[in-house]
Amino acid sequence: MSDNTSHSSSPKQVEGVGVGTHVHVAHEEHVHERSFIRKYIFSTDHKVIGIQYGITALLFLLFGFTLMMIMRWQLAYPGEPFPLKWLAALIGSENMPDGIMLPEFYNQLGAMHGTIMVFLGVVPLAVGAFGNYIVPLQIGAPDMAFPKLNMMSYWFYFLGGVTMLVSFFLPGGAANSGWTSYAPLAVIATTGQTAWLIGMVFLITSSLLGSVNFITTIIQLRAHGMTFMRLPFFVWAQFVTSFLLLLAFPPLEAAGIMQLMDRVAGTSFFIPSGLVVSGQPLPYTGGGSPLLWQHLFWFLAHPEVYVLILPAMGIVAEIIANNTRKPLWGYKSLVYAAVFLGFMSFAVWAHHMFMTGMGTVISSFFQTTTMIISIPSIIILTAFFLSLWGASIRFTTPMLFALAFLPMFGIGGLTGLPLGLAPPDIHLHDTYYVIGHFHYVVAPGTLMALFAGIYYWYPKVTGRKMSDLLGKIHFWGSFVFLNGVFMPMFIQGLAGVSRRLYDGGAQYAHAQGVLQWNEFMSVSAWLLGLAQIPFIINFFWSMKKGKKVEENVWQATTLEWAATTSPPLAHGNFARIPEVYRGPYEYSVPGAPTDYLPQNERA
Amino acid sequence: MNIPYTATARPDTGLYNAKLGIWLFLASEVMLFGALFSSYVLLRVGAPSWPHGYEMMNIPLGTANTIILIGSSVTMVMSWASLMMKQFSKYKLYMGLTILLAVLFLVNKYFEYSAEFHHGRFPSTSTYFAIYYTLTGLHGLHILGGIIVNSYLWGPGAKMWKTDPQRFTNRVEVAGLYWHFVDLVWIFLFPTLYLL
Amino acid sequence: MDSAHVEEVKKSVRTYIIVFVALMALTVITVAISTLHLNVAAAVTVALIVAAIKGSLVAGFFMHLISERKLIYATLILTAVFFIFLMFLPVSTYLDSVVK
Repeated sequence: MSDNTSHSSSPKQVEGVGVGTHVHVAHEEHVHERSFIRKYIFSTDHKVIGIQYGITALLFLLFGFTLMMIMRWQLAYPGEPFPLKWLAALIGSENMPDGIMLPEFYNQLGAMHGTIMVFLGVVPLAVGAFGNYIVPLQIGAPDMAFPKLNMMSYWFYFLGGVTMLVSFFLPGGAANSGWTSYAPLAVIATTGQTAWLIGMVFLITSSLLGSVNFITTIIQLRAHGMTFMRLPFFVWAQFVTSFLLLLAFPPLEAAGIMQLMDRVAGTSFFIPSGLVVSGQPLPYTGGGSPLLWQHLFWFLAHPEVYVLILPAMGIVAEIIANNTRKPLWGYKSLVYAAVFLGFMSFAVWAHHMFMTGMGTVISSFFQTTTMIISIPSIIILTAFFLSLWGASIRFTTPMLFALAFLPMFGIGGLTGLPLGLAPPDIHLHDTYYVIGHFHYVVAPGTLMALFAGIYYWYPKVTGRKMSDLLGKIHFWGSFVFLNGVFMPMFIQGLAGVSRRLYDGGAQYAHAQGVLQWNEFMSVSAWLLGLAQIPFIINFFWSMKKGKKVEENVWQATTLEWAATTSPPLAHGNFARIPEVYRGPYEYSVPGAPTDYLPQNERA
Repeated sequence: MNIPYTATARPDTGLYNAKLGIWLFLASEVMLFGALFSSYVLLRVGAPSWPHGYEMMNIPLGTANTIILIGSSVTMVMSWASLMMKQFSKYKLYMGLTILLAVLFLVNKYFEYSAEFHHGRFPSTSTYFAIYYTLTGLHGLHILGGIIVNSYLWGPGAKMWKTDPQRFTNRVEVAGLYWHFVDLVWIFLFPTLYLL
Repeated sequence: MDSAHVEEVKKSVRTYIIVFVALMALTVITVAISTLHLNVAAAVTVALIVAAIKGSLVAGFFMHLISERKLIYATLILTAVFFIFLMFLPVSTYLDSVVK
């Protein structure tokens, strides 16, 4: 019996959900033990799939971070042999002869660091893990609308990840044309680029299956009484995110197919006429447009950055409401801002292309839309800040991370403004300023929010709390060293140091005055790596030795906490499908017996 | 455990899950083919010269394929209508026809591609042919996908008619929506590549 | 299944046949017009209009869009807006360009 058939041998299942309906009356009669493989490997249970996504994504995040820690040696000490001899040996002499990093290998590390962190790390964690596990619980659903598609989406992600990893072993190594894979360089690059393209096709497929599932689930499987305006903001964030993934990824898929055609079938989609490489004319008929690649890539990649931030905002919203013991300020503004943000994200992409020769009219269009899109972000951040006013703040470990997110995202967002205006972008485009900007949003921003989410929901998934002591060490270490890595990048960028230079700018006169920051940033990065050790220990140790806690340890109002066990029931999540009576953040309601009123509790 | 609204519609949205799911998927497909059409526009506008479709393409064969595909759309919707009228054998007939017409479309495309290769016209020959092969190739893959799904629904999948007729009818409706979309793409592809 | 419902479907069948005939006619028309070898702007306009009519017939009647739910319309309208961005903005950057 698969999970989503509606047949049953006993009284006809109630189609749809009524108040406190016993959804799985037939469950007792169908107690069959699934094999280990069906239960844990090829599971269709959104909770198992969420955990699969989570573990896989965390491993990829660690790997992507390690690539960067290796790069930062070269940036701090260009041309110096790598100190960890065993690692240099593992990497091999084609990449690091005598332990000294070749520029070609630096480029592989750079391209793959970006690709892995964005597509294999952050999004699978934020959407695949958190989204999959929490959304059905928060809306009162027994599972996702399409459990089998859900399973397939994980395995396509896994396939894509394996493809990306295997590419390191191809002749010429992994992709090395930046995560942005601009033509014509990417078209003539080594074999690893073809693997990158194939890997992206798998990942986009995974994303497509997932987004169809999320949207359908949120629309169709909300429990009775769970109207759209009673949804936790986390669910709204995932809802908008899924629309972005659904509609923005296909053009990149098309572009990927075209780049594959250019590389494998000799087409000239992105190859201009008369291109000469190393003194030799390229054997292509030409007539293509490198800018076409940029348009199609950024059509996805701009909405993609909102895919990176929206789930994080959703997590922060939940944790702030819960740890301030008051409703979020401006729930409606948050919702409308998120929806407007999602919509506008499709109209700004060419702000990544201001330096490609576009005229003032079209440039003004994109500058205008880019300025407009900063408004919803500001509304969201302001609402979070205002939510702290008059609050009884509980400085739990998740709350520390959530609070830190606010100014960090503020810095990330504000530093985006000069990039979104064409005149300052002339100076800042393709410099370290850009790297500082986007890392602030994603690393001290999103990543901290994701850590917050892990500390917050760990007790729901495992029934145990993570250690607060290790959590606080992890927090302070991460917070300090994240700033140490990324703040100096603005200084270097303003001085004009270009990105993607394998020696960190050492050969440029204009960079000499700011080169000393490279060592500072590298040391910060390595210390940041050390600061993750308490987290890794905590994560595994707490599974067996963490303090056992009650099912609603945070005394939260939302359904995943209030209406089900920790962990939730294996099949169907709820003993009785909840009925929803109120909004998601009824904390400290005057006259109420407790300082929180769960959504599913009758008055 | 039972997922609600797999067979019957949710009252407030009026939809069963798979219908919403397939429309969402089709929305993404609009963006996929849209990107290729947008590329066509950019490449053609930026090209110093661009051949007319009627100079390069076999219009009678293309027209025949257009008729075949539109015909298969009719047989597809008729197969669903037959299920709605509880006429299973008519369903088999119409679905079978749909699959046959789809195969015929691909056979024609095979002949078309062969002739083009024979004349030395490959994807690498020019951006016109690059976009032609990519657009029709991707479309052809979608036809193949449809053939596979429809064959499953005609063959082993048809067993569900006995156990859960409502759900099976929904499946055919959903497959039909996908199939009509593939037809819709061709309705724009054909003039763009063959006639303009 | 009540007979009223069956009647409804029977009427739809008539509609499908009529739409099929219309689609055939429009196909013939679009091929015929192409033989006139109009200038590119006119040819594109006419071809797109005919294709849009054909597409609307397929979408409206075969895909039952003409009687579909608001939610589906909303999704499609949203998609249409993004599709328009995708179709027009890239070529606009080419047309309004300082380098050619």
